[in-house]
Amino acid sequence: MTDAALHVLIIDDNAVRASVIEEGLREAGHEKVTVITDMRRLLPQIVQADPDVIFIDLENPNRDVLEQMFQVSRTVHRPVAMFVDQSDTASIEAAIDAGVSAYVVNGMHKERVKPILDMAISRFNAFHRLRDELDRTKQALEDRKVIDRAKGILMKSRGIAEEDAYALLRKTAMNESRRLADVARSLITAAKLLG
Amino acid sequence: MGAGADIVEDSEAGDGSSVHLTLGFIPLVDCAPLVVAKEKGFAAAEGLALSLVRETSWANIRDRVMLGHFDAAQMLGPMPIASTLGIGHIAAPMIAPFSLGLGGNAITVSPEIFAEMSAAGASLNSAPSEMGRALADVISRRHERGGAPLTLAVVHPFSGHNYELRYWLAAAGIDPDRDVRINVLPPSAMMGGVRDRQIDGFCVGEPWNSLAVEAAAGVIVVTKSALWRQGPEKVLGFRADFAERWPERIAALVRAVYKAADWAGRSENHSELSQMLAATNYLATPAEIILRALSGHLVRIQGGTPEQIPDFLVFNAHAANFPWQSHSLWFYSQMVRWRQISYSSALAEKARRVYRPDLYRNALAATGTDLPRASAKVEGALTVATPVASRNGTMVLGPDGFFDGRLFDPDEVEAYLKSFDVQI
Repeated sequence: MTDAALHVLIIDDNAVRASVIEEGLREAGHEKVTVITDMRRLLPQIVQADPDVIFIDLENPNRDVLEQMFQVSRTVHRPVAMFVDQSDTASIEAAIDAGVSAYVVNGMHKERVKPILDMAISRFNAFHRLRDELDRTKQALEDRKVIDRAKGILMKSRGIAEEDAYALLRKTAMNESRRLADVARSLITAAKLLG
Repeated sequence: MGAGADIVEDSEAGDGSSVHLTLGFIPLVDCAPLVVAKEKGFAAAEGLALSLVRETSWANIRDRVMLGHFDAAQMLGPMPIASTLGIGHIAAPMIAPFSLGLGGNAITVSPEIFAEMSAAGASLNSAPSEMGRALADVISRRHERGGAPLTLAVVHPFSGHNYELRYWLAAAGIDPDRDVRINVLPPSAMMGGVRDRQIDGFCVGEPWNSLAVEAAAGVIVVTKSALWRQGPEKVLGFRADFAERWPERIAALVRAVYKAADWAGRSENHSELSQMLAATNYLATPAEIILRALSGHLVRIQGGTPEQIPDFLVFNAHAANFPWQSHSLWFYSQMVRWRQISYSSALAEKARRVYRPDLYRNALAATGTDLPRASAKVEGALTVATPVASRNGTMVLGPDGFFDGRLFDPDEVEAYLKSFDVQI
């Protein structure tokens, strides 16, 4: 159960990731979620949103803009870094590993905010896994294309069947303990050089 | 480790023969000693394999040193002090046994503001006090016209940039909190900020002033070296407990970075260094722009003639790497002056001890490097280059004057603050 009354602000110039987190919070019953993806005039945007909890991605150089808010108490409710007691470095560690930093505003009790932080962390991690999977899928597609081309070259130059060409590539890769796709790439390069 | 960090791994890392250290840095010209330590083999010669991790914010640098992701990092001079005193964030004791250099920053204003300053009597070669008077004039005219106050940007609340900008403004009778707005912006956002009129000027390290000049988005009006000749800037920051756990590692890294800073400071190496820093995994900035800061030949306005600025950025000369405790105390005095923290002699003492000349001396004792006898000095007292007592007899320090002729006596912090009408 998360505290639905809290106003959560997400600062992230990656609009896709921001929406993944926003969606997670809404699914958990949060209605007050604000997303900022335009980093220009960030401070007035934050002041206007007047959130209880702020999340910002760690790739974002504007984290230092938030640091300023620790100093400026007149213009905005003063946020503090998440979990200011020293005992909870595990939470900070988990957040930073996930690539997110959190701030709570006006000395809110951490018990109220912890579930939201955990949600954001898991969504950040999910987003990175999603991206890794996408990268892997792309890589697999790319590899298949390269292997097909290498097979074609072997079939033509050595006059062998497709299965034999594939077996030859695989054997070479195993002997040299290299990836099949890498052997295929070398073959294509060599074929280009030889004309 | 979190996403987005660019990591430059040392090829020798992990072969078991050397100690592996991970260091964080921000893509600024004054990260050079760390890059040189790795690229020119000074770290390897000390048995260290370095991984340099490029970071996007000072907040990340601080957090990752605190969590032990980084063994050490390039830090803003006031940052380990603020972290130790627990201002603005979790209290995490840190130490600075090494200064990465002196100077290197500048104050740049938009071409429109410079035109107004020129109308008020300033020219490109005006001294900081004249520039300040002209800016004060621009501000009061705007105020009379009912215009919005000027907005200036710095890189972090606990930075030399913030304090030198405020020092300069206040000396010209401009109240940094009442007469202008001072915001924090990342260096990479400064130029765009001026272009879309979010800000009217900024104080930042190189290459960002020169990049703004080149894009006709700014005019360099004052350099840090003109405000405080040989003034302190970045340090090598560690978690305080690192010194107890790994004293030899600190010593080895200090020796490596000292030799790197010596190399980086030599003019015959500046061309090679500018190429090294220009690489995409470091600054990703044209070498000829980086060379301006390295050589001290700044171009203040687009198409202008390069001007030799004395001591614009000092990597090693004049004991630049020595962590003077008068520097940590001056930073503390500015935190008090600008109401980031209260004054007490206990806090001053805590701040003083963040800078660790003992670790610096310990690391370099067995080398031929000359070491100052004192751990603190009266800042601004050396109006000309002056010989002072050192291990090998004498060494030449200074000139180190503040532009307004004031002195900072580290034994009289309270009196210093009162002289600026700061209520303690």
